[in-house]
Amino acid sequence: MEPLTWTGSLGTFLNPMLMIAVAALLLAVVLSFVMSFFAAPVTLESNPDGSVTAKTGISGLADLLVKVTSLAVVLVVLGYVIGGLVMPYGSAGIIGAISKQFFPVWVAMIVTFVLSVSFKRKLGLYGKLYDSTVGMVGFGLVMFWLYTAIFVGVFGLIATHDPLAAVSGLKNKPPGVPMPTAEAMVAGSHYLLGGDNLARDVFSRMVHGSWIVIQIAPLATLFAFMMGITVGLPAGYHGGKLDTVLSFLANLVLAFPVILLFYLLVTPEIVLTGIPSYMAIILFMFPIIFVTVLLYSRYYTQGKKAWPTIGVVFVAMFWVYLSLISQPETPVHFMPGWTDLFNVPAGILVVFVSVVFVNAPTVFRIVRGLTMDIKTRDYVAAAQTRGEGVWYIMLWEILPNARGPLIVDFCLRIGYTTILLGTLGFFGLGLPPDSPDWGSTINAGRQLLSVYPHPALVPAVALLTLVLGLNLLADGLREESMKD
Amino acid sequence: MLRFLATRVLTMIVTALCLTFIVFFLTNLAPNLEKIAKSEAGGRITDAEVASWLEKNGYASPMIVRYGEWLGVMPGWTRVDETGATFGRCMTPGVDPAAAPRYCGVLQGNWGYSTVFKAPVSDIVARGLGLTGKLMFWVMITMVPAALVVGVMAGMREGSKTDRALSTVSIVTTATPEYVSGVVFIAVFASSAVGLKWFNGSATSAMDDITFVNFTLPVMTIALYGMGYIARMTRASMTEVMTAQYIRTARLKGVSFRNIVLKHALRNALIAPFTVIMLQLPYLLNGVVITETLFNYKGFGWTLVEAAGNNDIELLLGVSVVSVLVVLVTQLVSDVGYVYLNPRIRIS
Repeated sequence: MEPLTWTGSLGTFLNPMLMIAVAALLLAVVLSFVMSFFAAPVTLESNPDGSVTAKTGISGLADLLVKVTSLAVVLVVLGYVIGGLVMPYGSAGIIGAISKQFFPVWVAMIVTFVLSVSFKRKLGLYGKLYDSTVGMVGFGLVMFWLYTAIFVGVFGLIATHDPLAAVSGLKNKPPGVPMPTAEAMVAGSHYLLGGDNLARDVFSRMVHGSWIVIQIAPLATLFAFMMGITVGLPAGYHGGKLDTVLSFLANLVLAFPVILLFYLLVTPEIVLTGIPSYMAIILFMFPIIFVTVLLYSRYYTQGKKAWPTIGVVFVAMFWVYLSLISQPETPVHFMPGWTDLFNVPAGILVVFVSVVFVNAPTVFRIVRGLTMDIKTRDYVAAAQTRGEGVWYIMLWEILPNARGPLIVDFCLRIGYTTILLGTLGFFGLGLPPDSPDWGSTINAGRQLLSVYPHPALVPAVALLTLVLGLNLLADGLREESMKD
Repeated sequence: MLRFLATRVLTMIVTALCLTFIVFFLTNLAPNLEKIAKSEAGGRITDAEVASWLEKNGYASPMIVRYGEWLGVMPGWTRVDETGATFGRCMTPGVDPAAAPRYCGVLQGNWGYSTVFKAPVSDIVARGLGLTGKLMFWVMITMVPAALVVGVMAGMREGSKTDRALSTVSIVTTATPEYVSGVVFIAVFASSAVGLKWFNGSATSAMDDITFVNFTLPVMTIALYGMGYIARMTRASMTEVMTAQYIRTARLKGVSFRNIVLKHALRNALIAPFTVIMLQLPYLLNGVVITETLFNYKGFGWTLVEAAGNNDIELLLGVSVVSVLVVLVTQLVSDVGYVYLNPRIRIS
């Protein structure tokens, strides 16, 4: 069996094209940058029919050149992806084979984008995202990893090998190495991105890592937000002593170096004492408080009619809460077998708790600041005059009006949580050492980094693209929400 | 102003006490003590022997008492064994027990003894801080001017092509945590297999002798992540200043764009980034820990990892005290500096 090259037969004519396109793009960018200092600015000239023509001169020409060449680069890159999809396995090289593995992701992304663009005027802020290039690129990157995670974690697609299985003879082998037992050129007959120092498939570990991140990061951020909102709204609304005490506590956590906190919380000894479990009991209570108060403050005027709804929601959430905090092999284990709906692996729970704990104070400060600003508005005064309850005003008058900055921060914070998860993995804290999450993989790969860079480089690039996508998405959302 | 300072300093002391107590509590929990007893007195001892070892070494008293002893506000423990010899927290073997001081804690300058490095904690922390100081000096020298230039260039013409390009660059750098950029830099610039081999992938030799070859990568790794954030804050502040009335007046007077930016806008636009830079310092600590581990540079961050990883309680406490103090002092300096730089803010 032959090892795969990067681009296969596709490369013979696409590689020179890519080189030319990239060189032309670089040239055009430099030209346009220089022109922006020397060329005459854009002037407007009115036509006899009343319309206006912008005379852009030579700097406009340079801009056009940048646009054309970047389009060419995008087209060539698309050529690799599409070529890999249509050509038989192996003939389009590693990139083609990877593109084939990601086939379900491409389909899902195309469906998402086509549907969203065709209905974008009816979709509010989400639809407006498609007016901003930056936001669209960011959203594309985020959806790519989201779909990858779902197809890997739920449907078991995309990955070519078991992320934990070692195949002897493939230790630290470069990308495209064939399996020793493979006969025919089919999916799974190569380690597409090489083997790591325990002879496991780097590509499969990378895509499995996305599932771990996508499971933890958004949920942990959501919990941190619920906590920050539940505590931050009263602090900002009432002010006074309550605010002083809560702000002091928040500053206390914020003054703690994150890495020290992780080292103190996420060690096996501390897990034995049950401190993370007790913290989980407190932290996970906040979503229940948040939702119950949210519903109660909305429906309490309707008396008896509302109670069944609130009751059902409360009981369901409380059951999930109890199952979540009751874990075998920790000091907090009280639920007998069948009532305990699910068990989170102990390492994951600790990681989750510490990430929520680190993020919540920052959210608290943002919510507090926004509340102090919004509570002076007229509609809040109107609600107060109507005699609405305090929680109604906070949750149904102030909170919806603070949603813009909160949504933007939510996106940024998922990215930050992803970075924190990577940090934990990088120091080998919390998650089991053979876990395929990106931080642990980078940590495992860095020992032999200068000799075999690929096992560490692949997860590093994966993490970078996901966080970059989230940051670009946040930037696009901020830009579009400011236009209102 | 004095009153403001006094409240701030008081809050700072209370915060420092709370935080050090939390660290003390977490490092002195029963399983950690058991582990230290086993590593000091042998791994196969029974539970009863562990308890007696802890009793003998002053770990049996209540947590708050031990915290007081460690801090130096309570007298150190003493014990007289069967032979009549006196042992105690403040006593060194071979020195007359009567001559030993009653109090010996952090406040008296007694930071304890590191079990990993077999040396006094204060020496190790001082050495680590010295090395990290060098690293941070070069990081600041490269990061701050670069970030300010990028921020001002982006912010002086909001929405222009330069602005969009530079803003995207700053977003990319904020999305690149140190362990990603470090890995990429080593692979590209230092890898012996595929890289350019321009720089060293390890900064161990930089501890004695800093050269361009061995120190560029760690400095770049830390500076890159912090740069994006400062640049974005500078940009925001610059765009706000550029829409101010007095800038419009200057434009209408016919002042050249160059002079508007350099003489009118820049000074006001740099007030906010000052605070950001000061507040960014503690966040850089994270990056320092990651970078020093990745490049094997034995500074403060590396010491933290060693202390935490080897359950070296006294060293970990010393490192925590220093890092908490750094955070609190930078917060204070940024607040005071902001008031000083911005005369519009008056504090009663």
